[in-house]
Amino acid sequence: MAAPIDRRRLIDRIPVVHQVRQSVGVQRFMLVAGLVLTAIFVLAAILAPVLAPYGYSQLRDSNGSFGAQQPPGGEHLLGTTSGGYDVLARVIWGSQTALLVIVVAVALSIVAGVALGLVSGYFGGWIDRILVVVADAIYAFPTLLLAIVMAIVISGGQSSLFGGVFAAAISLTVVYIPQYFRVIRAETVRIKGEAFVESARVIGASTSRVMFRHVLRNATRTLPLIFTLNSSEAILTLAGLGFLGFGIEPSSAAEWGYDLNKSISDVTSGIWWTSLFPGLAIVFVVLGITLVGESLNDLADPRLRGRRSVAAASGLVGETSVVPGGVLSAPGGIDGLERAR
Amino acid sequence: MTALDTPVTGAPGSVGTSRAAGGGLGRYLLVRFLLIFPTVFILVTLVFILMRASGDPITASVGGRLPAAQLQERIHTAGYDRPILIQYFEYLGQVATGDFGRTLTDNRAITEVLVTYGTATLELAVYALVVAFAVGIPLGMLAAYIRDRWGDAVLRVFAILCYATPVFFAGLLLKLVFAVQLGLLPVYGRASVASELQMQLLPSPTGIYLIDAMQTGDPAVLQDVLRHAVLPAIALGLLTGGVFLRLVRTNVIGTLGTDYVTSARSRGVGEFRLVRTHAYRPALVPIITVIGLQVALLLGGAVLTETTFEWKGLGFQLTHYLQARDFVAVQGIVVLLAVIVAVTNFVVDVIAALIDPRVRY
Repeated sequence: MAAPIDRRRLIDRIPVVHQVRQSVGVQRFMLVAGLVLTAIFVLAAILAPVLAPYGYSQLRDSNGSFGAQQPPGGEHLLGTTSGGYDVLARVIWGSQTALLVIVVAVALSIVAGVALGLVSGYFGGWIDRILVVVADAIYAFPTLLLAIVMAIVISGGQSSLFGGVFAAAISLTVVYIPQYFRVIRAETVRIKGEAFVESARVIGASTSRVMFRHVLRNATRTLPLIFTLNSSEAILTLAGLGFLGFGIEPSSAAEWGYDLNKSISDVTSGIWWTSLFPGLAIVFVVLGITLVGESLNDLADPRLRGRRSVAAASGLVGETSVVPGGVLSAPGGIDGLERAR
Repeated sequence: MTALDTPVTGAPGSVGTSRAAGGGLGRYLLVRFLLIFPTVFILVTLVFILMRASGDPITASVGGRLPAAQLQERIHTAGYDRPILIQYFEYLGQVATGDFGRTLTDNRAITEVLVTYGTATLELAVYALVVAFAVGIPLGMLAAYIRDRWGDAVLRVFAILCYATPVFFAGLLLKLVFAVQLGLLPVYGRASVASELQMQLLPSPTGIYLIDAMQTGDPAVLQDVLRHAVLPAIALGLLTGGVFLRLVRTNVIGTLGTDYVTSARSRGVGEFRLVRTHAYRPALVPIITVIGLQVALLLGGAVLTETTFEWKGLGFQLTHYLQARDFVAVQGIVVLLAVIVAVTNFVVDVIAALIDPRVRY
């Protein structure tokens, strides 16, 4: 494969738009459904101040106190929690916290993971070996446990507004750096053997130019996939942290996991609305993002794409799979990238 | 992304040197075994550095509640005011001899905590795996059989839903419907008090309630234990089951495209039979490999499931110590779980190598 020159029309080159056009039938439905859910989530997060009927820590309005565990209906569409907060307001504000954490966590881990992966893969040597061993050790470790340890380190288990969001985000960053590192490193190792990289070097391009212009640009094609999958995992881990009591205090922000933790005892007495709605919020957001990620993944893998559309894009994208437990055997997946070529 | 390429030097071909060297199964197993040590070492070091970076455990646990002088004295007695390197090497020595320290809050040996509560977590994990296999493999094969049709889409969305639902939310929903609304199953715990008493009277209780219940010979106790296990097992099992479903589907579809399946198809073998007998077996190898990764997911999920159902296992204890801010205990349990994950990954790799010669190179 020579230096890939992308000759597609502009509209086909915009990442997600291209995939939507490329997909057919069920595949397209799943991708679009995922995009819609994700869009709702992002909009809810941005428009939370407008959409939410009350503030996330509001306990009373002009009519007096909300009252605890009020059933859905009337003034409180989804009822109130055992702490006396409005469930709908907390669910909507919760999307803001989730989005903030995802953005911070993923941005940090992409920057760190890509930089480390690029350097490690390009230069090789003992740094490479050490980084790979460390990344693999972290990678094999239960995400949630590592996040717990990080949360203890960063916030001492305490949670304030910014501290809470940042502690969660940085905890997740540490967990996800190895994933970006692995993928970028594998791609870098593969690409640096390509003829066009060698030509660039022969011409006399500087190391940094070769690294960033020739290698990095071609190594990033799998990033959108890991990005989506990480975002969904980030939400689950954030909720898990909140559920274990590392959540963000209700006075500083709304967090779904925290609300679910507080609803454990409600469930036993048959109060369903305090757990159902924050839980559904998590499920829909993760479902939406995962649908997008999976569809992108399948569309990038010719063997999984619907047979009718194989011709559309083969040659431009190789097999990639970063789904947890995706294509692991056979020629494909990150394995394939690391080994076969 | 498999557990297989976890090691650097051992991962065949990932570095390039080991492939040329070749070597048989014995060599592969040896290298793979030796690689457990750096992995565990790195994790122990990482957790130690991180935990110490946040200050000494005693201040974290009782700081603010004790007068400063008394606090200093306790820190001094425990040795937390010595240079960090000395503490680190001492800790490494302890871990190497199997001593993970003592909890601060109730002064128990961490290894004792592990033995007492580990069996409960093991039991839960095994139940969950049974559910995961029962759900994932048949449905995954079905999805591959009807691929690219609506039924397939429904199954895939179901798989994603399994994965997208936090285990504790799934647990709460199951509790709400089956335990509270319908009253069919117990709300929490591993067994009712009466059964637990009966099992404690056994001459040699294993801590695995299923076995203990059988030992009592009382069908009522066995039924009680099983009834308590249903909801946690489903909650945790569906999480892994969703991953299995996807994995089976993807791999069966992958093998359906191979030449030998095509030739079988051309000989007139039916599509169902192709999935059932020809494509299914080769697809199982990656699943076994992935179980290694699932152990990490299962353990993380177990922490949450146990908290939801008050299932008194390691995860439940971990949450307890977290809330009590007993970070020595947390560190001990986390390191121990790291060792378990590393060892399980090794075992899984060995099994994969025994089944599939290609893995060994």
